[in-house]
Amino acid sequence: MSYIVKPRFHHPGLQKNDLGYTRRDYEGTLTTLCGGCGHDSISAAIIHAVHDMSLAPHQVAKVSGIGCSSKIPAYFLERSHGFNSVHGRMPSIATGANLANRELYYLGISGDGDTASIGLGQFCHIVRRRINMLYMVANNGTYGLTKGQLSATADLGSKTKSGEESQYDNIDLVSLAIDLGASFVARSFSGDKDQLVPLIQAGLSHRGFAFIDVISPCVTFNNTPFSAHGYKNTWENNVVLSEIDFVPMRKEITARYSAGKEKEITLHDGSVIHLHKTSASYDPYDRENALHHVNEYKKQGKIATGLLYINQSQSDLHELNDTVNKPFNRLNEHDLCPGGDVLQDINETFM
Amino acid sequence: MSKRKSARTSKRLSGVNNFVVKFANVNGSGSASANNLFAKSIFRMGIPVSPHNIFPSNIQGLPTWYEVRVNDKGYLGRRDGVDLMVAVNEQTIVRDIESVLPGGYVLYDSSKALRPLRKDVNFLPIPLKEICLREFEHPGQRQLFQNIVYVGALAAFLSIDFEILTSMVSQQFRGKEKLILPNVHALELGYHYANDNFDCPLPIRLKPSRKAKGKILMDGNTAIGLGCVYGGATIASWYPLTPSTSVVDAFGKFCKRMRIDPGTGKTKFSIVQAEDELAAIGIAIGAGWNGARAFTASSGPGVSLMQEFLGLAYFAEVPVVLFNIQRVGPSTGMPTRTQQGDLLTCAFASHGDTRHILLFPSTPKECFEFAAGSFDIADRLQTPVIVMSDLELGMNDHICDPLEWDDARKYDRGKVLGAEELEEIEDYGRYADVDGDGIPWRTYPGAHPEKGSYFTRGSSHDVMAAYTEDGDVYAEVMDRLAKKFAGSLKYLPRPEIESEGNKRGMIYFGTTASAIPEVHDKLARQGIMLDTMRIRSFPFHEEVARFIDEHELVYVIEQNRDAQLKSLLKIECNATDEKMHSILSYNGVVTSADCIESAILADLSEMSKLASA
Repeated sequence: MSYIVKPRFHHPGLQKNDLGYTRRDYEGTLTTLCGGCGHDSISAAIIHAVHDMSLAPHQVAKVSGIGCSSKIPAYFLERSHGFNSVHGRMPSIATGANLANRELYYLGISGDGDTASIGLGQFCHIVRRRINMLYMVANNGTYGLTKGQLSATADLGSKTKSGEESQYDNIDLVSLAIDLGASFVARSFSGDKDQLVPLIQAGLSHRGFAFIDVISPCVTFNNTPFSAHGYKNTWENNVVLSEIDFVPMRKEITARYSAGKEKEITLHDGSVIHLHKTSASYDPYDRENALHHVNEYKKQGKIATGLLYINQSQSDLHELNDTVNKPFNRLNEHDLCPGGDVLQDINETFM
Repeated sequence: MSKRKSARTSKRLSGVNNFVVKFANVNGSGSASANNLFAKSIFRMGIPVSPHNIFPSNIQGLPTWYEVRVNDKGYLGRRDGVDLMVAVNEQTIVRDIESVLPGGYVLYDSSKALRPLRKDVNFLPIPLKEICLREFEHPGQRQLFQNIVYVGALAAFLSIDFEILTSMVSQQFRGKEKLILPNVHALELGYHYANDNFDCPLPIRLKPSRKAKGKILMDGNTAIGLGCVYGGATIASWYPLTPSTSVVDAFGKFCKRMRIDPGTGKTKFSIVQAEDELAAIGIAIGAGWNGARAFTASSGPGVSLMQEFLGLAYFAEVPVVLFNIQRVGPSTGMPTRTQQGDLLTCAFASHGDTRHILLFPSTPKECFEFAAGSFDIADRLQTPVIVMSDLELGMNDHICDPLEWDDARKYDRGKVLGAEELEEIEDYGRYADVDGDGIPWRTYPGAHPEKGSYFTRGSSHDVMAAYTEDGDVYAEVMDRLAKKFAGSLKYLPRPEIESEGNKRGMIYFGTTASAIPEVHDKLARQGIMLDTMRIRSFPFHEEVARFIDEHELVYVIEQNRDAQLKSLLKIECNATDEKMHSILSYNGVVTSADCIESAILADLSEMSKLASA
């Protein structure tokens, strides 16, 4: 939607990653979102995260649905292919794309309307199908593009700018994802880049379905003192359940962590996350425990954030289907076509 | 034992290799496999046969029929009227007996007395239940083998080669040898009972032939599943829906045999049973975007749900193949009955100016060929291809020539730029018409570290795939898509035309084809000569308009209420109602030669009345 071409100024002092790329190489076109929109902070966090973990941009495929959130893949990783599909159906596009080529990193971007309303069914089923991807929801509790209707994630009693009050309980995507068996579930806040960046890096490195619900305030329609998804409420009621540091594969681990509240988790690609729990009773490996903590804080009007649940033993869909290592999109007639002689034998069974 | 002459008073229909046998059963009673055994044994004798399943949308307990036409001339369309009825469903027996032609035969279970309902048909009473109660211990077998007993009796009545039957049973239960003996015993029980109690064979009977030798007997959905394997499909995503379900079942069955990597035992296919048809086509589109060949199979209600995604694939130019095994609509309609009712909705599926490639197979062989070829067409044109089969073709066995595959054939993956080609290109534009044929070049995700990426979107875009609200830029893209579509003809199967320079012709497609040779011959015998054209794809080749132009009058024969093919011909070929008369049928069973013949005769006599008035 940009009418303004983004300037391509490369500061010579920009830091290069292991691939020799600067953050500029991970940017996209100029954003068209409102000034101060949380979604732009998410774009910035993604650029930061993918650059710093030295992931080649063309190894990432971006998929999204429809809405303000789903526009943002245009604003980062320009060298990645992107697919802005139809409303609420990103999970099916991601599923097909992932089946076609298991070697890429899949980054799904959706919103609360796209995931919790029109796409709720597809969201539930992609969690069940264990697609190896990072699925992020830019969650602002409102429909921005259609000018501020309440969404299904808006908390009971939350008020929009026009004064409309939510009469229904909200759908909590984090609880839903944990309940349906997602193997990496986190919540963060677009305003907390320090928390969000390592979560994105860990989510991309995790093998299996990783989900991050990112509270991302809509400055135009849902940022009043009475909206649960506004900056004020999120800052005031954010309870960090776990803090993580992400150490990409190949980097030397320098920090030493004490036992007890600290955990070191090695992901499938060799990256390591250091997880610091803020509560002794909380266990990120235990589904029921994680759900319990999320729900307890919710009752108190608090928002539990951080890496909430992780399970590294789950197989992804390719492993369940036992598919060949070579991506399907590189198989040719030699690999796929049984040939004329076999067809002759098949004919005979129908004679 | 003295033989009973069946109903000596009435006349007895006669004929060799030319009759219709209909089975009236209760669904879920195991009759389907027995009836298949009957039809296939006739086929194995080299005799042309066409079976039709007329079944309810139900698991157990409702009436179901199986109709088998035997015709030595090779007329394989449905024929009205029944020569021999196997009436073993008490719920429908009165109506079933009514439908038998005068002089025909009724085989029924005489374990329970039957009030003679007609005097002009010949009854063949066999105590099926009693025989099975006496001979078998297991309650399941006592029920199931009643069907096998009547097949054995039919072997005596109609002179089926008994050895063919027993060898088929042995084949069917290979690996479950314990089942072979009781099945053969049941066949023999029926066979001997008929021979001992009636004059066998009946005046209608079979004689080995060579007409069907070298042919195969296959259903269209199996052929499509196999065609997808040969065409290189790796991903099938679907939602169960009659009558399309067996497409994916067949694909899975063949993949398990032919798509396992011999070295590693790993699979070269994925089948996803999706949560609904929206997801089913979304998965196929996601895979197509990422360079794998993918398809979904569905029917009317599912195709309705897929419309938004079809528009996306058309506009964003993503290859995808959809098999529409049409059934009776609108809405839930008659889920287990056949219709050609989705032409218009598929030709223009989705909002805005969209149109789609349609292929119309008529035989299992064409199902195989069109399925395999549809992936080449979709890749070449970067657009959805919808293969329009129907329940009649998909779920019934049909005789056709054996399937063929040329081992020299290479997949046409269309215009795809790889890393090396991208290296040479300065400004890659996803939607740039560099070749002037309306088909742009695409890239797969991950192709090159710095070049070739683009942002696929259903929103309006320019040649670089960037969002635009510039109306002129939008219109240019729409015009290019129209150009691409117009240029698609050279990749599509041409119509089959049989022309003897007659004044009048018939236009038809799909399963109507089974009735046409018979219609043509029947009318020719009455001095009414008609040329024929079978349409095999949409958009239409230039021959289609020419065929209409070159004839004074064409009959457009199709199986729907609203003359959907005729509407398409009017839109695309500038043809008028004056030139095109519709012959329509939409009662859920495939049209028959009788039905088409009488409609054409009625129309001709109407026209001559008008001319003389």
